[in-house]
Amino acid sequence: MSTQNNKVDTTVHSARSKVYHSDGKAVADVPHILHELRHYLPSQTPIKDFIHHNSLHAYQHMKFYEAIFKASKIFGFQATLQLTEFRELYAIGRIKNEVLEHVIEGRKGKGGVNLDTWRDRLLRKSYDVNNTPRIGQLRAEWKNQYQVDLDNLVQPLLFRIVCSYLDQGISLHKVSSHDDGFLASIKELEQNSFTSFFKTKRAKELLLSDNLDCRKLLQIVVGQEEYFEQYLFDQQFTHQGWSGIVAAVEDSPHTLMDSRKISLMDFVMLELLLEIDALDHSLGKDWEPLGDRVEAPPVDLFAHVDTTELQEVFILWQDAFEWSYYDEVLSGMQQLKTRSIETIGEGKSTSPNLSFQAIFCIDERECSIRRHVEAVDRNCETFGSPGFFGVEFYFQPENGKFYEKLCPAPVTPKYLIKEEPVSHKRGHELLYTPKTHTLLEGTLGTLSLGFMAAIRLFQTMFRPRMSPAISNAFSHMNKKAPLVIENRDVNHRENDLQVGFTVPEMAARVEGLLRGIGMVKDFAPLVYVMAHGSSSANNPHHSAHDCGACSGRPGSVNARVFAHMANHREVRNILKEKGLAIPESTWFVGAMHDTAADQMDFYDADILDDEKKQAHQVNLVAFEEALDRNATERSRRFASINTKRDLKKVRKDILDRSVSMFEPRPELGHGTNTLCIVGNRDITKGLFLDRRAFLNSYDYRTDPDGSVLTGVMRPIGLVCGGINLEYYFSRVDNHKLGAGTKLPHNIMGLFGVANSSDGDLRPGLPVQMIEVHDPVRLLIVVEHQPEIVLKSIQSTPEIYEWYLNEWVHLIALHPGTNKFHYFKNGEFTIYDPITPEVPAADDILKLVTDAKEMETNYIVDATVENLPVHLVNES
Amino acid sequence: MQQFLQVFIALPLLGFVLSLFVPRKKERPLSWIAMGTVGAHLILLTAFISAWLIRGGDALDIKQFIVYESPSFEFAIDFYFDRITAVYSWVGDVIMLLVVLFSRFYMHREAGFKRFFNNILIFFAAYHCIIFSGNFETFFVGWELLGICSFLLIGFYRDRYLPVKNALKVISIYRLGDICLIIALWLCHHIFHANITFSQLNLPGFVQEYLPGNGTMILLVGIMLLVGAAVKSGQFPFSSWVPRAMEGPTSSSAVFYGSLSVHIGVFLLLRTYPLWQDVTAIKIMVIVVGAVTALVATAIARVQPTVKTQIAYSSLAQIGLMFIEVALGWHILALIHFSANAFLRTYQLLVSPSVLSYLIHDMFFSFTPGQAAKKKQSKLGNSLYMLGIKEWNLDFFQYRFLWSPFKWLGKQLNRVPAGIAVTGVVIVLIAGIVMFAMKEELPAEVITYMPIVFAGIGCLLVLRAFAERGSALRAFILVAVAQCFITLSISFNGDVPPHQILIFLSGIAVAAITGVVGLNRIKRIDNDISLNNFHGYAYEQPRWAVVVLISCLAMAGLPFTPTFLGIDLLFTHIHANQLAVVIFTSISFLFIEICLLRIYSRIFLGQHKKPYHPIAYKSS
Repeated sequence: MSTQNNKVDTTVHSARSKVYHSDGKAVADVPHILHELRHYLPSQTPIKDFIHHNSLHAYQHMKFYEAIFKASKIFGFQATLQLTEFRELYAIGRIKNEVLEHVIEGRKGKGGVNLDTWRDRLLRKSYDVNNTPRIGQLRAEWKNQYQVDLDNLVQPLLFRIVCSYLDQGISLHKVSSHDDGFLASIKELEQNSFTSFFKTKRAKELLLSDNLDCRKLLQIVVGQEEYFEQYLFDQQFTHQGWSGIVAAVEDSPHTLMDSRKISLMDFVMLELLLEIDALDHSLGKDWEPLGDRVEAPPVDLFAHVDTTELQEVFILWQDAFEWSYYDEVLSGMQQLKTRSIETIGEGKSTSPNLSFQAIFCIDERECSIRRHVEAVDRNCETFGSPGFFGVEFYFQPENGKFYEKLCPAPVTPKYLIKEEPVSHKRGHELLYTPKTHTLLEGTLGTLSLGFMAAIRLFQTMFRPRMSPAISNAFSHMNKKAPLVIENRDVNHRENDLQVGFTVPEMAARVEGLLRGIGMVKDFAPLVYVMAHGSSSANNPHHSAHDCGACSGRPGSVNARVFAHMANHREVRNILKEKGLAIPESTWFVGAMHDTAADQMDFYDADILDDEKKQAHQVNLVAFEEALDRNATERSRRFASINTKRDLKKVRKDILDRSVSMFEPRPELGHGTNTLCIVGNRDITKGLFLDRRAFLNSYDYRTDPDGSVLTGVMRPIGLVCGGINLEYYFSRVDNHKLGAGTKLPHNIMGLFGVANSSDGDLRPGLPVQMIEVHDPVRLLIVVEHQPEIVLKSIQSTPEIYEWYLNEWVHLIALHPGTNKFHYFKNGEFTIYDPITPEVPAADDILKLVTDAKEMETNYIVDATVENLPVHLVNES
Repeated sequence: MQQFLQVFIALPLLGFVLSLFVPRKKERPLSWIAMGTVGAHLILLTAFISAWLIRGGDALDIKQFIVYESPSFEFAIDFYFDRITAVYSWVGDVIMLLVVLFSRFYMHREAGFKRFFNNILIFFAAYHCIIFSGNFETFFVGWELLGICSFLLIGFYRDRYLPVKNALKVISIYRLGDICLIIALWLCHHIFHANITFSQLNLPGFVQEYLPGNGTMILLVGIMLLVGAAVKSGQFPFSSWVPRAMEGPTSSSAVFYGSLSVHIGVFLLLRTYPLWQDVTAIKIMVIVVGAVTALVATAIARVQPTVKTQIAYSSLAQIGLMFIEVALGWHILALIHFSANAFLRTYQLLVSPSVLSYLIHDMFFSFTPGQAAKKKQSKLGNSLYMLGIKEWNLDFFQYRFLWSPFKWLGKQLNRVPAGIAVTGVVIVLIAGIVMFAMKEELPAEVITYMPIVFAGIGCLLVLRAFAERGSALRAFILVAVAQCFITLSISFNGDVPPHQILIFLSGIAVAAITGVVGLNRIKRIDNDISLNNFHGYAYEQPRWAVVVLISCLAMAGLPFTPTFLGIDLLFTHIHANQLAVVIFTSISFLFIEICLLRIYSRIFLGQHKKPYHPIAYKSS
């Protein structure tokens, strides 16, 4: 027997590759097809843990442009802004002419004729911009050949069955889930019931038969084996949201609290059975499989996509759009450097009398609060580091039945941090009782709670306040409950996790973080470790606003744990031996910033000695003022708040907003993120970057050979790049790659959202989160020599892929020459900014409060709200 | 005091007209007009109710104005106020105010902000038109408008497939309720030989006087009213439209399907209670419908895995109980139950997105994995579970038994070759007109059959249009011609004065012309206006979408055109013994609106067919 099983390589897919031949007959390898298919499905896990990722992760082995155009051709979504939008952005000056010319010359070579030709193509030539996808063409034949709309007949029931199976806690009556998984549970139901999900006999008999397998079903529905792959892709991508969650739960069943065993194979089989049922029901028993009726095979989904002139036009526009902003930033950085050399003189170190230091998350939302803290207290110093502060663990609050992971998603911690019991009462909301959905209790409940609901509604409208129904970032951890942080006995384990960290383990983590951000000397008396979280009401996407480095959760526990470790006497002794001496006069304080409410809370501040307590009180005043200013800066984008009011009043409005049920935008999340700057604070301090930059502290001076840098760069692509690309794709095609508008969303089984009752799950970001975002890729600027930077990103192929394939841009800022080196095709070349000068501003608050609000969220109106880079004049 | 009643309808209409003139992007004035309208309404109403209670709280009735009068027929707008009105309108105002306040922030920057508030204001007007109505005619005006508002708000996200599909589904079933109401109206006309008002119904002994000899007719009226109420309130077997209507923004779903719109059926029963309170058969039917709904809807609600559908079904179960309460005469309880349910479901829907974080948080602390799942279910439990998931096949049965037969019939007509059909129809129409002109010379026997023949032809044409999959223009013209046949049919009923026919036809003519122009305009773009799929032209031709929508509504006889009056007029000219004519005409009117809205939806709504910009997936 000559079986030839073609292993599919990851770069070239072909429908025919999953078919091998047995005795001259084509045989499709269904498990393999599904294995391939799942790469392309949205990989969003249940929405309670929203983890940002590149929406087109399946294409990351390809160059960015090649990938997006290919994906766009296969699946039919918009991969960049529309041509008309680019042209309008050019007309309003948002895409700059000089940058556009530079980009054209860069890609098409210098020379007048070339420039004019391309410029004409970009600006005036009319193109057929219709994009008809390859997906769905085979399955469309059901309608063409048989006048049957299979999706309409099958999907509502299919979605409802799978949603009920996965449901976490909405329905009052749960299906018993069989140990063998989804299909076995359905089978059990069908065997033991007076009714059936099927309308006809054959499908049910097939389900109950012993030797049910997917190929057999495909043979009935599709017939020809060479069509199986295309058919399965067509079928699963008519509801990629549901298929995506099934695949995600299959991969990690414990991502659901009430875990479920399900597989994509089971799901596909049920869908095929329902299709057979629908076809039998509408066509009678004698219908030919689809493959027999199709004359010519449709275009192979993964066949090569030819490069078109239109694609080149899009590439030039996208480059020009990106560089119009990047160039401004780089020019601003250069100016800043020149100014600091002129005014202060080069090489001057930080102020000797530091009032305090604060380590924030690198999150771009913390970019503005750092600026304000520094403006309020000029003797302080701020740092940025991924918000889990290098301590990776699971957390179990008192009475918690589960563990919460508090570190970046790809990391699997070995440690558990527990809250020590203090009797803590959890709040409940009477109106959320499921009892109102039953008949008798429901009637009594309705009659009694109904009028209470009316009063509550008035409260919600006129006096919004925190309640148990609102996700409160500060309630993630009980600040009064002590944490078990230190492990004194390595045998103290729970569920294969070590409870707490041993002293050497602590020391390693503290050292790692401090060296990473270059905080190795000149410690202030108080060092704040400032995590962040976000409170919001009526918002299923709330965890997308929390800390990405803590798997979409508030980072309060991490901050508190880190501060405890850094204050530990034995830890400090070890560090001292390693040449990292933290003076005794220095104390670390954990804290958290609520990025939606603009509130801060400080942990374990009561154990400070009197002198530090006093200093802390002084600092609190500074933090409060900074929060007022930060709230005002943020409020400029919120129509409901009058930015010009008194700072305190604006701050109160911001707080109210975070607990308002009627507010679909409690905050704007990572909207507008564009930059990631890895380096000392002086390369950005004094620049107004409008909350668009992830700021990761790193001191090249303490790391000449780049060994620390490798660690620093490891998460940047995945975390910052992932966030950026999710925003990018959700922005350019909010319908297909985003979640659409939030307003009609319906919560499905507590694991996702869909429009209305019969819709597909909607992964991605809703329009309310992305409307302020300019879809440009992330520009990472690293302050070090190009060779060292190159080495640091080449640590693993997965990391290098991000840069080499241009999913993010990378620039090395050479500390010696102050030149920018742009990374392209594996090497660095010098880039000199074109923008002559960025504007200067004396008063940032005035700048932001005077800024105009967008008229609509159409990109051309919306982008105007994103302010240009300004140099802040020091008064 | 009665003079004030009209204010409560006029105010929302004024607000609506004002808001039409505000530019699309001006969110502030748009929301302020809505808030101002509803707020002022609530203040005035509260004052009015207080004054009314001080004066003793007797029912008020006023014949506001007579729209049309002839010796045999009078179409009057009549308002009525009693405690049912007071409760329904006050609760409605409070909920509307809250929802408008909520939406002002919630809807910020939503494409269609203006559309939303305009819709809400018409809904507000329609709701009060129903609640304050003093006779069936006024009630019916509000009822029809409410249906159209629902259609527009369910299809609010008009560039997606599911909202549009479901909007059509809901309006189709609503239309069944409309027709039941028209037939009830017609029957009442023949029972009482006049257009009665609700205050007359409430007179002691008024209905009883007519009962003898009209038993069957009153039973029929009761059934029609019950079907109408069951449709509007999503009662068994019409429940499945309610969860499917939750397609619009959460705040509009809250006001429509959570609270106000779904309780209109209960209102209809309360309002017409005097009419059927002595007919035991009807009372039993109301109780049975209510009880079955309460049980079935609860069974379905128990297995719903999504928040909004769960609220929808549990609300329906409560409404089922209200039906029982009304039938048993416990009206105060029904009113309290209505208020409580309306407030509770509005609240639950408005905060439905927060259920995720609340329940997840709750699970985190209280859920023990692997408990519930292991429990073995009994065979009955499994069956109930599966039936619940399938929503007791209600949606399927509706399609199968309500729409499918008519579609099949329409399709059979497709087999007639086009040439023959057109020639035939034209000849018959001309023959009909000629016969009408020389009516006096025809034998009386022939004349009695003419109405049935022409009503039948009209009906067939409508069904043909209903099943049309080809050109939208053809379907539209078919409907227009069908309207002519219906007119012709009724004109043969001796006593129709020509100017009444003109009233009816004038509306049809204008609508036909603008509609044909609009559709032709769209046809010229790509030469493709087939009804086989959605085209989504509203994306590139929003103005023509409005023109065609208004033409379609006018053609269907919505209460802003003379056609509406005409439908009413024509119906009163159908004699009590012309059951066949009533059936044909009712079926025609039932499908005319569905057909026209289908034309509008297929051409202008749904996914835009040209993929040069981001378009939603069909399943989203």
